[in-house]
Amino acid sequence: MAPIDSDDNTTAGEGEELRAGRRKAARYVVPVAVMGVAAATIGLVPALADSGDPDLPKITAQQLIEKIATSDVEQMSGTVRINTDLGLPDLGGLESGLLSGMSAGPGSGGDGEGSAADPSAKLTELVSGSHTLRVAADGPDRQKLSLLENAAEYSLVHNGEDVWGYDSKSNEVYHSTAPADEGRPGRGTPDKDVPATPKDFAEQALKAVDDTTSVTVRGTAQVAGRDAYRLVVEPKQDGSTVSAITVAVDAETGLPLKFTLTPASGGAAVVDVGFTQVSFAKPDASTFDFTPPEGAKVTESDTGAKAPEHGRPAGGDLAGELEGLKVIGEGWNSIATFDTGARGGLPTGSPGGDLGGLGGFLGSFGDQVKGDFGSGTVFKTRLVNALITDDGKVYAGAVTKDALVKAADAAR
Amino acid sequence: MSRADVRAETEGAAPGRGGTRSPSPLWSLGLLRSELLTTFRRWRTLALLAVLAAVPVLVGIAVRIETGDGSSLGGGGGGGEGPAFISQISNNGLFLVFTALAATLPFFLPMAVGVVAGDAIAGEASAGTLRYLLVAPAGRTRLLLTKYATVIAFCLAATLVVAVSALAVGALLFPVGDLITISGTRIGYAEGLGRALLIALVVAASLVGVAALGLFVSTLTGSGIAAMATTVGLLITVQILDQIPQLDALQPYFFSHYWLSFADLMREPVYWDDLVKNLGLQALYAAVFGSAAWARFTTRDITA
Repeated sequence: MAPIDSDDNTTAGEGEELRAGRRKAARYVVPVAVMGVAAATIGLVPALADSGDPDLPKITAQQLIEKIATSDVEQMSGTVRINTDLGLPDLGGLESGLLSGMSAGPGSGGDGEGSAADPSAKLTELVSGSHTLRVAADGPDRQKLSLLENAAEYSLVHNGEDVWGYDSKSNEVYHSTAPADEGRPGRGTPDKDVPATPKDFAEQALKAVDDTTSVTVRGTAQVAGRDAYRLVVEPKQDGSTVSAITVAVDAETGLPLKFTLTPASGGAAVVDVGFTQVSFAKPDASTFDFTPPEGAKVTESDTGAKAPEHGRPAGGDLAGELEGLKVIGEGWNSIATFDTGARGGLPTGSPGGDLGGLGGFLGSFGDQVKGDFGSGTVFKTRLVNALITDDGKVYAGAVTKDALVKAADAAR
Repeated sequence: MSRADVRAETEGAAPGRGGTRSPSPLWSLGLLRSELLTTFRRWRTLALLAVLAAVPVLVGIAVRIETGDGSSLGGGGGGGEGPAFISQISNNGLFLVFTALAATLPFFLPMAVGVVAGDAIAGEASAGTLRYLLVAPAGRTRLLLTKYATVIAFCLAATLVVAVSALAVGALLFPVGDLITISGTRIGYAEGLGRALLIALVVAASLVGVAALGLFVSTLTGSGIAAMATTVGLLITVQILDQIPQLDALQPYFFSHYWLSFADLMREPVYWDDLVKNLGLQALYAAVFGSAAWARFTTRDITA
């Protein structure tokens, strides 16, 4: 180990040189070993930390659903990780531009309605990619939802009558009032259009439960350090693109902690929303205090209802605007169908508004199909498929391509 | 204070690593002091620090001119362009510290560190002074540790130069007072200053990985310029690779991947996950490339 001696090779004999050479090589073992230990730690620690599934008393699916329904967690805070992989082509900036374009409407960019702090514009971003959220709630009147971004944050604070949206990146504030008599907004996400917490997702999923669905309790899991039951919701029919929905329900409080939607095509979950950290202690009262910072641009909403009206994601308006929207089938295999009236395949004046100009562009993503109904184009995502026939009819649903073609044939 | 930190570090690391002749700790302190003096007296180092100090001045003046008529930066709906926190500067001068660090961290700071680290051993070798350094009874391990400590002292000094310059410019050009965290909560000016200091320390710690990488490159070659160019080249390459979405499986292991996580210190409550990942990653780079530099430097033939 005497470093100063290592250049005394002028006197070294041949054997010594060989030994010195070996000693030199041995030193390089150190960085390699450090790297090996690091790699092993990165690989093994999550595996070791996974201490197996907790032992919990048996519970029936019915009891568990009741537990979720009666769950009354008033005070909690935590960090939620949302991953959505709808299998849409990765359009990068175009995608987010599209989303904000659709939700912010024509007013965006001007100094009128298009505030960067508008909740509906902001929460639409959750539809794709990975996001980290923080939620805090203290009773029905005080909630906070923060969307953590790179070196910025979007906060939505509901405190009593006020709903504040604050976008730190653009330093803009959005303010609306939620009248007390109008009923309380959803817990955790005031004034929301998009579900954000595992609970929101679980409620949506359980709404769909009927006799086309099997609901079972399948084992237990650890989520965010808490013991939870795994509630598995599966479609009984064939032809759905949904393989299963798994909801991890906190054994103690009945709060859904994790929501996973796996597609029938296999692979990563389409939607994966779960707490990475959760606490049921009362959040600090200062969490819900908000006063607009000096110099921030404040956009006032005239009424609580105005913002969602102009900024609802295209899906909501679509159903309302189109006449003749019909639903074929039931349960998981429901297919929505409508006639755009536009002959010649891809509608150019598409109801999506901004999507219209992209018609031809989107066409390149579709598969051509033929059947008794004629021919058309199927657009596939990992969850929702849509068939647009050449005579302008649209069939869409969370079903496979074959099911869409069958539905189109039957409608003929 | 930077010197005190470094002193503690060398003292901690020295026992057990000494050679057959183990000089007293005081002796290594002398070596460290002379190294620090040589490094910080170099015109090149001073010029680098001057450039770093000028960045906040430029940003501050630009924002001041832009918002001089009372309009807010970024204007209407779009906003959010430019370095992080830039839209808040005109409301609170303290934000200039964060903006300046966010603007210099991706390139200026690591480039300066790369120049100093790349020069550490290779510069001595190309100047022909390395063998004289080794004639002194210091031992190669000890010399390497001293060099690394000097580079880390430079990381800290460079970051503090940016922060202090930004603090002064911010206080001169813009109002100061209570500030709003990016979570929308309000904290006092004193706590804001505390967080600014913490952020400066985290930024300095973020550079430890580049410093170790630069030191390793520096032991590979006998040319100071080659070592500097390689380090800065590696830095740019990693920064580019970090932008390619197809490489997202590898990106968490790039030393620059979590650099901007220092902004998480401005959340309320602080979001620690990425900060911890960043510091762990820097420690890993320091360990891997530090030991690789040691393996190379202690076995290589010194001819110059």
